Amino acid sequence: MEIVQNPRYIDESKCIACGACAEKCPKKVDDPYNMGLSKRKAAYVEYAQAVPLKYAIDPETCIYIKKKKCGACIKICPTGAVDFDQKPEIVTLNVGSVILSPGFAPFNPEKFDNYQYAKLPNVITSLEFERILSASGPTMGHVSRISDHQSPKKIAWFQCVGSRDMNKCDHSYCSSVCCMYAIKEAVVAKEHEGDSLDCAIFFMDMRTHGKDFERFYDSARNKHGIRFIRSRVHTITQVPETDDLEVRYIMENGEIKTEVFNMIVLSIGMETSPEVVSLAQHLGITLTKGNFCETSSFEPVSTSRAGIYVSGSFQGPKDIPQAVIDSSAAASACGEILSTARNTLTKIPVIVSETDIAGERPRIGVFVCRCGINIAGVVDVPSVAEYAKTLPFVEFTSDNLYSCSQDNQDSITQLIKEKNLNRIVVAACTPKTHEPLFQETLISAGLNKYLFEMANIRNHDSWVHKSTPELATQKAKDLVRSAVAKVALTQPLKEAELQVNQTALVIGGGISGMAAASSLARQGYQTHIVEKSAQLGGQALNLYQTAKGERIQEKLSGLIQSVVKNSSIQVHLNTTLSQVDGFVGNFKTTLSSTASSQVIEHGIAVIATGAVPLVPTEYDYGKDPRILTSLELDRKLIDKDASLKSLNAAVFIQCVGSREPDRPYCSRVCCTHSIDNALELKEGNPDMNVYILYRDIRTYGEREYLYKKAREKGVIFIRYAVDNKPQVVMNNGRLVVKVTDHILGRPMELETDLISLATAIVANRDEKLAGFFKVPLNADGFFVERHAKLGPSEFATDGVFLCGMAHYPKPIDESIVQGKAAASRAVTLLARENIHTSGTIAEVMPTVCSNCGVCVSVCPYSAPSFIEETARFNPGKAQINPVLCKGCGLCVASCRSGAIRLKGFDNDQIFAQIYALNEAV
Amino acid sequence: MSNGNPAIGSVLVVGGGIAGMQSALDLANSGYYVYLLEKSASIGGVMSQLDKTFPTNDCAM
Repeated sequence: MEIVQNPRYIDESKCIACGACAEKCPKKVDDPYNMGLSKRKAAYVEYAQAVPLKYAIDPETCIYIKKKKCGACIKICPTGAVDFDQKPEIVTLNVGSVILSPGFAPFNPEKFDNYQYAKLPNVITSLEFERILSASGPTMGHVSRISDHQSPKKIAWFQCVGSRDMNKCDHSYCSSVCCMYAIKEAVVAKEHEGDSLDCAIFFMDMRTHGKDFERFYDSARNKHGIRFIRSRVHTITQVPETDDLEVRYIMENGEIKTEVFNMIVLSIGMETSPEVVSLAQHLGITLTKGNFCETSSFEPVSTSRAGIYVSGSFQGPKDIPQAVIDSSAAASACGEILSTARNTLTKIPVIVSETDIAGERPRIGVFVCRCGINIAGVVDVPSVAEYAKTLPFVEFTSDNLYSCSQDNQDSITQLIKEKNLNRIVVAACTPKTHEPLFQETLISAGLNKYLFEMANIRNHDSWVHKSTPELATQKAKDLVRSAVAKVALTQPLKEAELQVNQTALVIGGGISGMAAASSLARQGYQTHIVEKSAQLGGQALNLYQTAKGERIQEKLSGLIQSVVKNSSIQVHLNTTLSQVDGFVGNFKTTLSSTASSQVIEHGIAVIATGAVPLVPTEYDYGKDPRILTSLELDRKLIDKDASLKSLNAAVFIQCVGSREPDRPYCSRVCCTHSIDNALELKEGNPDMNVYILYRDIRTYGEREYLYKKAREKGVIFIRYAVDNKPQVVMNNGRLVVKVTDHILGRPMELETDLISLATAIVANRDEKLAGFFKVPLNADGFFVERHAKLGPSEFATDGVFLCGMAHYPKPIDESIVQGKAAASRAVTLLARENIHTSGTIAEVMPTVCSNCGVCVSVCPYSAPSFIEETARFNPGKAQINPVLCKGCGLCVASCRSGAIRLKGFDNDQIFAQIYALNEAV
Repeated sequence: MSNGNPAIGSVLVVGGGIAGMQSALDLANSGYYVYLLEKSASIGGVMSQLDKTFPTNDCAM
């Protein structure tokens, strides 16, 4: 692959991100990070937390690059990092595979002349509103409008701007994310501005199909009082003599309303940018008609070109968790073809042997950071460094512009060696973000990384005491003194190493479990699949076709065959788990079937236990063979039931058991599924009257094309309200559905030969399994992932992963993609072969322990246990598994005998820290 | 790979938004050398511009 590396005009190795270049740069330009709502300079860093935190010069606007004049940045830069001689470089890379994740471009609504985005300042896009809400944005998070900086009293959101619209923007797909972000923006705006702020969201169908999204929608409506108005507003006009905006819209009952808002947010959709389209053409990759990357449901991250994979919103409009799932899956797909070359090109850091400091008296180095002007603008940094010299055991102090810069790490390393320092204090920002960096520096200097302490003189001091610099300087000295007192008492801590068993266990033989197992096996790991039923396949065995028209049974049997034939996969049918012992890297699980039981040792576990269809209790289900669930209709379609063609009418009823008080979530797949089957019936018999009775149609992403096609083919969509559900009436063999039409407001009677009920997807609520692996279930019975956005395919418990409908209802492509994602996350652990425990863990002093068991009951990670009564040493006493301990200290605080200590946070260390501070009081 | 050439243990990831970063992290932690390509001056993509994310209301940064 050839890539072009464009010049940044600033040497990254020299830039210390002091910001002097940007300060001196005379050229102000619109700041794209703030969507043009504020200015930045031509020399810039995108945002304060940018990675890498290195400045760049924008060649499009820089005066020197354009006109060879100015050059102020060259003169001011203290490290001589500015380099206008840099040229674009063509770099050739030899790689085993490629992942395309170029993302999306936000839709530009300028072409919607009826919304006058370009003309009216108070009509803004949703991304601009995100910046306005942000504390780091142009208004510091204060909700104010562009024209007069006044706080708005009424804000409206318009949905589907640039989505689901062929007339104005040529995007007939749904962008999938806008309903949810509009609700979030409205709720956050109300949190900022208080209840008096009126928020109204104008929408067509409310699409809150993600995990826990429906609950958020419910609470936005019921708790936060956000108004949801089902109407597409035609035009916005400015109220004369004001900056307010008048909208005219038609209510569902036909009533025409006008309403004035202070601000209007356009919920813009996603599109693939023209440059990404041309990149795809250049690479010879097939796109969909919406210009997204074409993929199949069974290989959802494979592009049309072998070895090139796709992830994120280029694969189709999607939200963050779905993009994160894709991305891990794409990594898995690469690993599947490259596993023979694993670890051939990675670099192994040089390990510096650790200096033994036993018996040495503390020799402390204190480094005080200016953080540019962040700290030095308030705190007198040199005087803090001078003061530190006077503290006990301190051998060396200095102050640095940026303690975190790479050159400073090198200089700390040098100083540790030169001055023979054996304890280090950095007075700077927060250990949350920077402790690992400085600890790396200690390691490279041969010091144990636990001989380190940070004093947070930025977040806890300069940032919050701006108006009292003298007191802030005093506080910085106090914090440094306290850190020095503690670090003097620290001891080197050991991190235990343990081997990761290289075998994987996948629980559940449905489509996502098989996808996970196949991927793990292809990446070189022995894998067991445990399936409680007599065959592999799970719910997919009941499904007819995917939204992309692929016949599921053919593909599924292929997948099952490949799993069964794979010599690295061992399938255990009719089998369940009866016991799980151990922990990450070293699980011991007992598998039981009717005939026998066996113990499997494995390093990781994937939970892929799926979900089940609800058996409906409404709409007379079970009383007439013509009333079916969607899966029963699928069965007829799979069996090519000829009677389907002779039907005169069919009625689909949506949300059967979903989005109701008992089950306040959307089952995600049913709208697409019913529309797909409605089209199938229509195709078999174009004269058939097909009705879909729905609440909101949620054909997210490019599934929207099916909805459009169904309407074109004459499928009739009738919306019903949850408090006025359709009724099924049987009368002398006639089957009639009564429903109130949403447009006419009048009751209708639909005579039908078939009713298909889109029943909810219900969790297995497997509390036993949850207990085995110490993982949580949510209120609906689905498993709770590590992080809703950033950790969707794993648990907080190390070594346990999650995929498929055990996580949340999802269609086949998303189940496969999450199966692969769980495999990828698992491989990151398996590939390490060894894991290191933290040094900061709790330890029991058995002679003091009174066997009370409080630690065993309070620990959220199940790290403490009792030593067996038959053990030779300390029977019945508590012990803490260092692998499971996260160092939270709960057991230490709870122990009534004072028998537990937390290494690195010993009593003497903490008291020394407190006493040192006490001098200040 | 299928054509008989030995596999190369490196991957090019095009785009440094949340998706590209996640792929790059997974691959690097699995023993592959990763080239992460980003057209702007820093990684992070559109997510870095978002204020808060559902459901934790965590700062998107």
